[in-house]
Order: sequence, then structure tokens, then C-alpha cells
Amino acid sequence: MNSNRLTNIMIPIFAVLLGILAGAIVMIVSGYDPIAGYSALLYGAFGDRYYIGETIRQVTPYILAGLAVAFAFRTGLFNIGVEGQLIVGWLAAVWVGVSFELPKFIHLPLAILAAAIAGALWAFIPGILKARFKVHEVIVTIMMNYIALHVSNAIIRSVLSDQGFKSEKIHASASLRSEFLQSITDYSTLHYGIIISLIGAVVMWFLLEKTTKGYELRAVGFNQHASHYAGMNVNRNIVLAMVISGAFAGVAGAMEGLGTFENISVKAGFTGVGFDGIAVALLGGNNAFGIIFAAILFGALKVGALEMPSSADVPTELVDIVIALIIFFVASSYLIRLVLNRFKKEGK
Amino acid sequence: MDFFNILEIIIPSAIFFAAPLIFTALGGVFSERSGVVNIGLEGLMVIGAFVGVVFNLTFADQFGDLTPWLAMLVAMVVASLFSLLHAVASISLRADQVVSGVAINFLALGLSLFLVKMMYGKGQTDQVEVGFDKIDIPILSKIPIIGPLFFSNGYIPSYIAIVLAFIVWYVIYKTPFGLRLRSVGEHPMAADTMGINVARMRYIAVMISGALAGIGGSIYATIISRDFSHATISGQGFMALAAMIFGKWHPLGAMGAALFFGFAQSLSIVGQAIPFLRDVPTVYLLIAPYVLTILALTGFIGRADAPKALGTPYIKGKR
Repeated sequence: MNSNRLTNIMIPIFAVLLGILAGAIVMIVSGYDPIAGYSALLYGAFGDRYYIGETIRQVTPYILAGLAVAFAFRTGLFNIGVEGQLIVGWLAAVWVGVSFELPKFIHLPLAILAAAIAGALWAFIPGILKARFKVHEVIVTIMMNYIALHVSNAIIRSVLSDQGFKSEKIHASASLRSEFLQSITDYSTLHYGIIISLIGAVVMWFLLEKTTKGYELRAVGFNQHASHYAGMNVNRNIVLAMVISGAFAGVAGAMEGLGTFENISVKAGFTGVGFDGIAVALLGGNNAFGIIFAAILFGALKVGALEMPSSADVPTELVDIVIALIIFFVASSYLIRLVLNRFKKEGK
Repeated sequence: MDFFNILEIIIPSAIFFAAPLIFTALGGVFSERSGVVNIGLEGLMVIGAFVGVVFNLTFADQFGDLTPWLAMLVAMVVASLFSLLHAVASISLRADQVVSGVAINFLALGLSLFLVKMMYGKGQTDQVEVGFDKIDIPILSKIPIIGPLFFSNGYIPSYIAIVLAFIVWYVIYKTPFGLRLRSVGEHPMAADTMGINVARMRYIAVMISGALAGIGGSIYATIISRDFSHATISGQGFMALAAMIFGKWHPLGAMGAALFFGFAQSLSIVGQAIPFLRDVPTVYLLIAPYVLTILALTGFIGRADAPKALGTPYIKGKR
């Protein structure tokens, strides 16, 4: 058991190291200097107060998106629809943010709640289809992503603006931004969302590990038939898991809408945050605290990458390659397990 | 504008938009029929589009009119090799097939944009100069009404796509290879007992899906977008996946669905020119393929059943 837990921690670490190594090889093969590249990346992520602020800002939605993917995963569901749930959450948060004028202590929670409900409803559809009709949630959530994208674009054009490309700025009473956080980070876009996402991680841990419902959700994830036999309502748990997962994703959208951008604009494509959430959840082992670490890593990679073209002449996309390879290595953990076991046997 | 004029606009453009979807969806049929989920179709199309455009730009002077065809072949080979990654991870290393597919999508986009920036110093390639020719199909285009609508002034790859759907149908339902492919996707253990090499069949299937998605991506880039950037392939792979499911994992069904989705896409683009469609907000046409796919899966449009062993790695000796 103990060595098993060790292997579980070793796999993501190995995967990250292999991913970074592979990134270095890609840089060498394409004629870039990997040391200059990675130094630029490191500087761009943590080099000074401004960069640290930007990195934390990027980590904020990553944590929540990762939690969303992981929560569904723990119940045996693959929610690829985090992206779409995030977009509708973003839309709902901004909608509430621009339409009402309320005191901050009501307005801000209301906007976040609206985002959570929107995300939850968007995830309810694949959940209920899975429970009632046994339709695979992966396909439905992918389709729901595109529906979310096009529908929210249409709403931004026709409802939130007059055939324009973005909504108005949200009222200050719904904003997560803070002068204080901006001033200590050299006017980055850092906002209070990071606190909400850390609370989110605690909520997920508590729900799954410390409540009866969480035990049921995990049981369904381990073995649907056994849970059914033990008298649990599998279908209801599937819908519940999707709804909670969607709520996390919706709140991730609220972070963008109320903090980072303070509005919503028509999107030509996906934000990518929802898909990156899959990587975050996988690397974090679908564990609330693992996800925080994974989100910090990916957030730092994404923000640090922006520094690479100017100081090391390396295209930012190198980081996407590294992230993709990390997912590959985590997914193919069978290989890493095999190697680790081989070493263990030889060690004896 | 009468009804016939409207059809004259819509139908050729539907076939035009459908061709890349048909190729890619047929690729999906191969992979999923063998039991391997292929969410990576999107990424494989990206690779195809990238290779197709870069080859076309680089060799247009040497090969002249042949360029797009050679570009298509090269894109096919490269995407097929790229799909090996998905095959190795999901077949040999027992990775979660969906996760591996997601990784393929990330990697394809990251890698191709990385290379574009490296080679051209900007995030977008130049426009492709040499495209595919348009032809009138002999004899068939002379048929009144149907001829001008379906068989005139179309791109050759569109016609190849439709013919290919029938070939794929024949291969999957009428040949021993197709029978083995399907058996591996339905009940790999039984297939193994009968002496079929499950892993080998699945490798072949995934590589065919890579090849066809590569063709799909390259003709999309050559005919429709004419250059390569981060937004060139934005969802066509997933739409092809949707077409395959909407077509119930059947080659001809997938082709029909792809044509229908192409129709919806062309309506959303040319719809502005058509009187009674001008008032329909484009958003309905944009989301139609996705909504229909969900409805199809739910069983409102006939039941769609996936291959039984879809998504599960086959481990010898494990019940």
C-alpha cells in the first residue's frame, strides 16, 4: 500500500520531468537554445512581482477547471464539457454583473452563484442523458461545448450588446479585482478569485472525503454494480456528480468574467481553459490538493511561455507541446509503472 | 429568386463543405469499429492541414498542378504516422483512449503552430496558390436538374470522398478484413480466440483513421481556408466525430451525416443570400449538427449503438 502511494506520486513527477526533457529535445532539434528557453520561461512565470501576479491569475481558473474534471472523474465520468460549462458560467456571471446594481456583498456572490448554476445546468444535460438513456457523456459534452460557444456568442451579440463584439464592463460591485492586489503585484491582473478557487479545492476535498454523499459518489466511480447492489441510486449520483462538476466549471468562468476580463467578448474559438483542466486533473491525480500543484505548474508554464519569444526567440507553442507530452506520459502510466517495478525488483 | 436557384447555391456548397468531414468521419469509422475511441481526429486533421499547406507552399513551383494531390498524399502519410502515438498509448500502453486523444489534439496544434512560427516567423502561413481543379463529371452532369446541382463544377476530392464511402462500406461489411475489424471492436476476446491479432488490427485501424483524417485536413486547408493558422481546424474533427456517431458507426451513414452537416454549414454561410432563411438567426444553423447528434444518441432519431468493446483496452488473459 505504502509503495503504491509512492508510485502514485512518482508517476506525475516522472511525467513532468519527461515532458520538460522532451521539450528541451524539441528545442535542440529545432535549433533553439533550451537553457535560454527555459530560463526565459522561469523568469516569465516567477521573475518579478508582476509575473507572479499574472501566474496566480492564470492558476485561478485552472484550479477550478481541474476540480470540475476531477470531480466527475471520481464518479467515473469524463467531463470534456468543462470548456462549455465555463463559457456559460462566464456569460451568466457577466450578465448578472452588468444588469444589476446591488451592494457588493450581495452582487458579487449573486454573480458567482449565477455562474455556478449556469455551469451546473449545462452539465445537467449530459448527466441526465447518461443516467436515463445511457448516452456516453464524452460525446454529449463535446457537442455541448460547441452549442455553448455559438449560443453565448449569439447572446453577446443580441442581448448583451447591440450587435457588437463584447458586453459592457461589469459594475464594480460585481468585480473581483482589487486595487490592493494589483498594487502589490506591480499592476498585474491578479484578483481575489484565487481565494475562491482555493476554497473550491477544500470544498471538493470535504464533499468527497468527509460526507456520506461523497462516499456514494466515489463508490459509484469505483463500481456501479456494487454500489447499486449496496442500495445506492447510481443514476441520481451520476447526475449529481455532473451537476457539481459543472458548477465548479461555471465558477471558473466567473473568475474570467468577474476578475480577469470584467466583460465577455464574442469568441472565435474555445478559451482552452476547460481543456487544460483535463491536463490539470490528470496530473493532479484527481485529488483536490494535487490539482492545486498541477494548476500552479500549468499556469506557470502558460504565463512563462509568453516571455519565451522575446528573450529566447522560442515560440510560445513549445509549452503546448510540453503539456501535451505530460498528458501522454501520465496517461501511459502503465509504462512508467513497468519501469518503476523493474527497478524495484532489481533493487531487492 | 426561385427555389431552383436556391438549391443551385446550397447543394454544391454543401458538398464542398462536406468533403473533409466525409474523409475524417470515415477514418473515425475504422478506428471506432476496431474498439478504439478517436477523439484525436481533430488533431489529426490539424496535422493534415498543416502538412498539406506547407507542402503546397514549398513545392508549388516544382510540381505545378500536381501539388495539391501530392500534398494530400504526404499529409495522409504524416497524419497516419502521427496517429501511431495514439495507437501506442491506447493499445499497447493501455492509456485511457479519450485522454490519449485529448493529448493528440493538444500536441498536434502545439507542434504545428510551433513549426509554422519556426519556418515562417509568424503565426500564419501564406495563402496556397495552387488548389484543386473543379470539374463537371462526364455524362452525369448532362442529366437535367440533377446534373447541374450535383455533378457540375465540383471539386474532385468531393467526389472521391463520396465514392470512398461506398468503398469503405464494402471493405467493412464484405471483406474478411472488415469482419475481423468489426469482431475486434465487438468482442476482442472472442476474436483473439479465433486467431485474430487484436492489437495488430487495432493498430491498422487507428493508422487508417489517421490517414483519412490527414486527407480531410489537407483538403479542408487547400480548398476552404487556403492557409494554416491556429484557427484553420476549429472543430471540424469533432464535427466529423459527430457525423460518424450520427451515422451510427456506418460508413454510408457517416457520409450522409457529413453531407447533412455540410448542408447546415453552407446554410449558415450562404443563408444571408436566401430570402426565407435571412430571418433565421445563424446560431440555429451553427448548433444544428451538435443538437442533432445529441438527439440521435438519445434515441429520438433511431437508436445508435456503439461497438461493444469501444474504449476498453484489450488485455490478454483478463476476463
